[in-house]
Amino acid sequence: MTTRKDLTVGEALRTQGISRRGFLKFCAATASMMALPPSSIPAIAAALEKARRPSVIWLSFQECTGCTESLTRSHAPSIEGLIFNVISLDYHHTLQAASGDAAEEARHTAMKENDGKYIVVVDGSIPVKDGGVYSTIAGMTNLEILKETVAGAAAVIAVGSCAAFGGLPAANPNPTGAVSVSELVKDKPVVNIPGCPPIPVVISGVIAHFLTFGLPELDNLGRPKAFYGTSIHDRCYRRPFYDKGLFAETFDDEGAKKGWCLYKLGCKGPTTYNACATMKWNNGTSFPIEAGHGCIGCSEPQFWDAGGFYKALAEPTGNFTTTAGVAVAAGAALGAASGLLNRNKQKQAGAEHETVTADNLEKEQTS
Amino acid sequence: MNEVNFLLWVRGIGFDIALAIFVFGIMLRFMEILWLGRKPELAAVRGNGVASGMRTVFSRFLPADSNTLKRSLFMVVAGYGFHIGLFVVIFLFAPHAELIESVTGLSWPTLPSPIVDFFTVLTMLALMALLWRRLTHPVLRFLSTGEDYLMLLLTFLPVLTGYMAFHHLFLSYGWMLGLHILSVELLLIVIPFTKLIHMFTLFMARWYSGFMAGQKGVQS
Repeated sequence: MTTRKDLTVGEALRTQGISRRGFLKFCAATASMMALPPSSIPAIAAALEKARRPSVIWLSFQECTGCTESLTRSHAPSIEGLIFNVISLDYHHTLQAASGDAAEEARHTAMKENDGKYIVVVDGSIPVKDGGVYSTIAGMTNLEILKETVAGAAAVIAVGSCAAFGGLPAANPNPTGAVSVSELVKDKPVVNIPGCPPIPVVISGVIAHFLTFGLPELDNLGRPKAFYGTSIHDRCYRRPFYDKGLFAETFDDEGAKKGWCLYKLGCKGPTTYNACATMKWNNGTSFPIEAGHGCIGCSEPQFWDAGGFYKALAEPTGNFTTTAGVAVAAGAALGAASGLLNRNKQKQAGAEHETVTADNLEKEQTS
Repeated sequence: MNEVNFLLWVRGIGFDIALAIFVFGIMLRFMEILWLGRKPELAAVRGNGVASGMRTVFSRFLPADSNTLKRSLFMVVAGYGFHIGLFVVIFLFAPHAELIESVTGLSWPTLPSPIVDFFTVLTMLALMALLWRRLTHPVLRFLSTGEDYLMLLLTFLPVLTGYMAFHHLFLSYGWMLGLHILSVELLLIVIPFTKLIHMFTLFMARWYSGFMAGQKGVQS
C-alpha cells in the first residue's frame, strides 16, 4: 500500500485536489520568480512530478515563531502553502501533534529513515555562551540538537534573520552568545533565507528549487540570488520620487501623504537585498514601504544594530559633536601657540638683523 | 569585516575621526595664518580697502580677461567644469544635503539625481582632462610634485566611488557606499594639510589682495 509518505510531489498535489493546470501554473511561477527561462517550466514540472516528498526536520531555536507564522498564516490556502504541505514535515515544535518523548522520537526516526537525504530547516539563532544553556529542548542544548540533526542532512535551510545571521538574539550586547547556523555548520550546504520574517513564497520557492535542480545559486551571504539579487530601492515603486528629489520629511507631512520617497526617514531600501518590492506580502497586497514606513533592512546582517531605523543612510551614526568640539578647541589652541612661536621667531630675526651697507660689501671683497 | 560592519564603521567612528582631524586642521591652519599678522601699512590710504576686498572675493569667481581666456582656454574650461561639477555633486545631491543637514542643521533644495549624475560624469571627465594636461604639458609636468598627483587622485576617488555606488558597478551598493564614504573621509583628513586648504583660504587671500590694492587705489 502506498502511504502518504511514499507519494511523489505530483501525486500528493493531486490528492490535495490541485489540477494539472494549477500545477503547471505553479511551475511557471516558480520558474519566473527564480529568474529561470520559460523553457525550464516542463523540466520543473517533470522533476517535481517525480520527486519524492522530502523529509523535513524543522528546528526552532532562539526565535519568535514569526517565520512559521509567516509561512502558515499570511496566505489563504495557496499552492505555495500546499507545496509546503506535500513535503513530509516530520518534526516541528509548533505544528506537530506529538509532544515530549514522542516528538523527539519522530525526529530520530526521520533521521534514521532518510539518512543523508533529509532537509533541516532552522529558524532561530543558536546560543553558544556558557555551554549553550540559554536554550534547551528535551534536556539538550540547541547546539547539541543542531549538531546531531545536521550530521545526516542533505542540506540546511536557515529560515529567518536569526538563523541566517543571528538576528535579534545576537543584537548588541548578545547576552546568550547567539550565532547563526552558517557559523556552526561548515560541512553541509547552508541556504540562508533571511528576513524578519522571510517572504513565504521564497521559502517554498527554495524548497521547490532544491527538489528540481538542487541547491539554488547563492550570493556572498548565502542567500538565493533569484530572490535576493536586487535591492528594495531598485525595485521600489517610490524610486521615481527619490530620483526627482521628492522626499517625505516627516511621517505626516504633505510628502508622506503624496507617497514620496522615505529615504530621509531612514529607509534602508538602498542597502537591503530582498524581494519584498516585487513579491509583496499578504497575498501580494503590499509591502512595508507601500504601507508608509521605510524599509528597516531586516534581511541584512545585524539589521538591529545598523545605526537606527530612522536615521537616513547618509547620516553619521556616532555622537560626533563632543569630539568635533574638542578638536576645534585643540586646533585653535595649538594654532595660536604655533602662531605666537612664529611671531617670536620673526621678532628675534628682526632684532638680530644686521644692516649691510655697500661699504660692508666692499670691505668683504677686499679682505 | 562584513559589509554591514564596514558601513557602520565609516558612518560611525570613521566619520568621527575624519571630522575631528578636519576641523582641528582647519582651526590650526587659520590660527597660524592669522597670528602671523601683517606689517603696518605706512603709505597714505588712497581708496576704500574694505569695499575693494569684498568685491575681489566675488569678482575672481569670474574668468579673467579675454586674453588670458584665449591663452589658456583648456585650463579655464576644465578647471571651471570640475569646480562647478564638484559643487553641484557635493551640495545639490539629496543624500549629501541630508548629511550636511544632520551635521550642521543647514538645509537647501536639491537637484534630481539624473542631473547630479550628469555633473558627476562632467566632473570626472574634467579631472581626467586636467591630469592628461598635467602629464603632457612640459612646464606643468616639470612643476608638478607628488602631492599634486595625490590630491588629484584623492579628489577623483569620492566622485568615482559615488558614481559606482549609484550605478551598482563592481561591488554591492553597501560596500561601494562604504568605500565612497571612506574616500571622502580620507579627503577630509588631508584637506587642511595640503594645497586643498585653498577651498577655505581663498576667500581670505582674495579679500586681502583686494584690500591692499584698494588702499593703494589700484584695481585688483
